[in-house]
Amino acid sequence: MNIGDWIGHPANWAFIILGLVVAGAAFRVVTSQNVIHAALALVAALAGTAGLFLLLSAEFVAWVLVLVYIGAVIVLFLFGIMITRAPTGRDVALDHSRKAWAAIVAGGLFVVLSWGSLQAFGTTELTNQGEPTATETVGLSLLGRFVIPFEAVSFVLLAALIGGITIARKDLTPAEEVEREAR
Amino acid sequence: MIVNQFLVLAALLFALGVYGLLVRRNAVMVLLAVELMLNAVNINLIAFEAVLRSSEAVGQVFAIFVITVAAAEVGIGLAIVLMIFRNRASANVDELNLMKW
Repeated sequence: MNIGDWIGHPANWAFIILGLVVAGAAFRVVTSQNVIHAALALVAALAGTAGLFLLLSAEFVAWVLVLVYIGAVIVLFLFGIMITRAPTGRDVALDHSRKAWAAIVAGGLFVVLSWGSLQAFGTTELTNQGEPTATETVGLSLLGRFVIPFEAVSFVLLAALIGGITIARKDLTPAEEVEREAR
Repeated sequence: MIVNQFLVLAALLFALGVYGLLVRRNAVMVLLAVELMLNAVNINLIAFEAVLRSSEAVGQVFAIFVITVAAAEVGIGLAIVLMIFRNRASANVDELNLMKW
């Protein structure tokens, strides 16, 4: 497979655009000195990822990603940011001073991971490109072969819900407790 | 489309997530970096599913599980950060030396 054939395919153009958006937004997430900008860059990265999922013919997962991440998780993050640091402007002390070491570790990890996958898969093509996976297939699989993990995950969510409320709740001091009983 | 273009992009996202995890001081920013890494794993799962094309869409089911667990992780993580902030008036991970001997 040569590079000319690869560029000639319109799906690869979509991949290049989405990939640049995702990579640029992810870079902003980890380098931005403004916490709100970092959280909003994550929105762009996740939206680009949803586009990649559509390219990979995984419609249902793409829209789950949009709903769960962009709809719920990012809102949670914005609340967390606004609660833990009231002045949300530019912040100079957001990073450690030892950035070079972190960059070396991350760069080395990228080289190792991409070298490994290039060695293992070479130019393996995707099968049945452009043919979407029916949501019916995913649903039948979720409630058929994977019904036990599905239930386990629902317990995890319930535990997280209760745990989150319990951890974040403000406990009353003994004096306040007495006062509350009296009322 | 070859599978490797997606795998290399996911590796890049994962490496950026690791960089953010190591370099950020604010705990909320660390959680954002963890989200990037989980997202990279999701891209890998969906890309492998697009190669294997199993009859039960196993890769997509696992991506949904990862998304669910990530949502739970963010909820608990932010609750813990909130609690630490309330007790210590700081959400910087390098200032949390409470359990350090």
